[in-house]
Amino acid sequence: MSKVGWIRLAIVLGSVGLLEILCQSGVIRPLTMIPPSRMAVELWKLGASGKLAPPVTKTLGNVAAAFILSVVFGFIAGLLIHALPRFRRALDPLLASYYAVPFFVFYPVLIVIFGMSDLPIIIIGFLFGVVAMIINTLNGLDRVPTVLLKVGRMNRMSALQTAALIKLPSAAPYLFTGVKLAVAYSFIGVIASEFILSGSGIGYDIAYAYNNFDNRTMYALMLFILTTVTALNMALYIWEQRMLKRRQGGR
Amino acid sequence: MAASVETMPDAPKTMRDIHAPVHASVAGVTRIFPAVGEQPPVHALGPLDLDLVKGEFFAVVGPSGCGKSTLLEVLAGLSAPTEGSVTFEGQPVSGQVPDGVGVVFQEDASFPWLTVWDNVAFGLRRAGFDASEITRRVDYAVGFMGLADFAQAYPAQLSGGMRQRVCIARTLVLQPRLILLDEPFGALDQQTRLLMGDELLRLWRETGATVLLITHALDEAAMLSDRVGAMSARPGRFIELVETGWPRERDSRIVSEDSFGRLTGHLWSLLREESMKASGHQMGRQK
Repeated sequence: MSKVGWIRLAIVLGSVGLLEILCQSGVIRPLTMIPPSRMAVELWKLGASGKLAPPVTKTLGNVAAAFILSVVFGFIAGLLIHALPRFRRALDPLLASYYAVPFFVFYPVLIVIFGMSDLPIIIIGFLFGVVAMIINTLNGLDRVPTVLLKVGRMNRMSALQTAALIKLPSAAPYLFTGVKLAVAYSFIGVIASEFILSGSGIGYDIAYAYNNFDNRTMYALMLFILTTVTALNMALYIWEQRMLKRRQGGR
Repeated sequence: MAASVETMPDAPKTMRDIHAPVHASVAGVTRIFPAVGEQPPVHALGPLDLDLVKGEFFAVVGPSGCGKSTLLEVLAGLSAPTEGSVTFEGQPVSGQVPDGVGVVFQEDASFPWLTVWDNVAFGLRRAGFDASEITRRVDYAVGFMGLADFAQAYPAQLSGGMRQRVCIARTLVLQPRLILLDEPFGALDQQTRLLMGDELLRLWRETGATVLLITHALDEAAMLSDRVGAMSARPGRFIELVETGWPRERDSRIVSEDSFGRLTGHLWSLLREESMKASGHQMGRQK
């Protein structure tokens, strides 16, 4: 591991260690927070009891659906908007102010339309992620060198082939930023929706544990979310670094 | 009608076959870029006529902004002429790059996400060649361009000259009958350009393709081509088509010949005034 990597690891372990000491010494009261070691033990117990699998399956399924929809729809919409410059100029201010909209205000409407199912949750997750993907797709497409598009024309490639074989890989570093944001926003959208919209899922279970003063379950589930999202982002980060290294001259 | 043809005095006998059929031609071509906002329309090119004879090496020189690259794009089918017609092997060129035409651009056009080998194989895969044929052609082209040791490297790991060789190899594997080169060595140092010129001549002799080279370097045009078209300042027209008279078997050593110096001097005498006009245009714009 590099020196920077060791420093990063030391910061994380140091923070967890400090939290452990503060909790164990009583500076942070058990009713406020349980020690990280206890969280890990409770998470292990929860996993072993089989109670963790159903909410995890449901939540990760919803996150995956919201994420895939955001990325696919965001990329296609980005391609179409990029191909229509006048439409894009009209849309730009709306895209720029999109995240000022509090999407949760729409949840009653979504329930009326789609009922008390997973669909409103997936739609809120999708609404959170899709515009980040659109904006980063546009950003990436703006930076595709014109000469590469000429190579596509020289090879008599169709618009679809050019999009898939030249625009997509050329814009990949920017699309990756969109993908990372879509992951994060899909998690936020789905779990926050489960808090208020759902009768199951990790978000619901955290809210249920919170309402019943069940700190051990609540923190165990929070630890699960935290480690899952961090692991996912780390994997994407490593993948992105490998891709950039190849493009920038390293092996 | 094509521009008048001048032959350099006491130049060696040319090996260009003047009886060979016309391979590609532009007739009465103009290119006017439409007005954008408050900017008036730009008359970039023409009217201009040119017949490229099959198997010849033709270079185009001219001042900056005279429409050299526009001419190449029109000839390649990448850009439609405002007026006039373009034909390749007797067929009109319109809106699409015809089969048998390959273009090498000035800018680095290698795909940074593909290895050298995959870059070179790109066009063959798109054209649907079978795997064994792709391997045969790519291996040959990679070796021919001196890239065999770098076949699995990515473009970012190569020098500018090597990346340009990747782009030439990618065009070469498609075995184009007309190769259009838009200042392919523009970003390279003088020594590398001379060596790349030798490689280009070797490639030209081996493939028998017709080559049109756009360049701002008079010595490069004089060394490489059978004929040089000297263009005026914008809107670009041919002032003169100069026969170099070089034998087909030639390389960069001809730069030491007396006639090379006279040829380059003659080209400069044609372009000096035009270049001053073009500079004046640019200075006027800056004001």
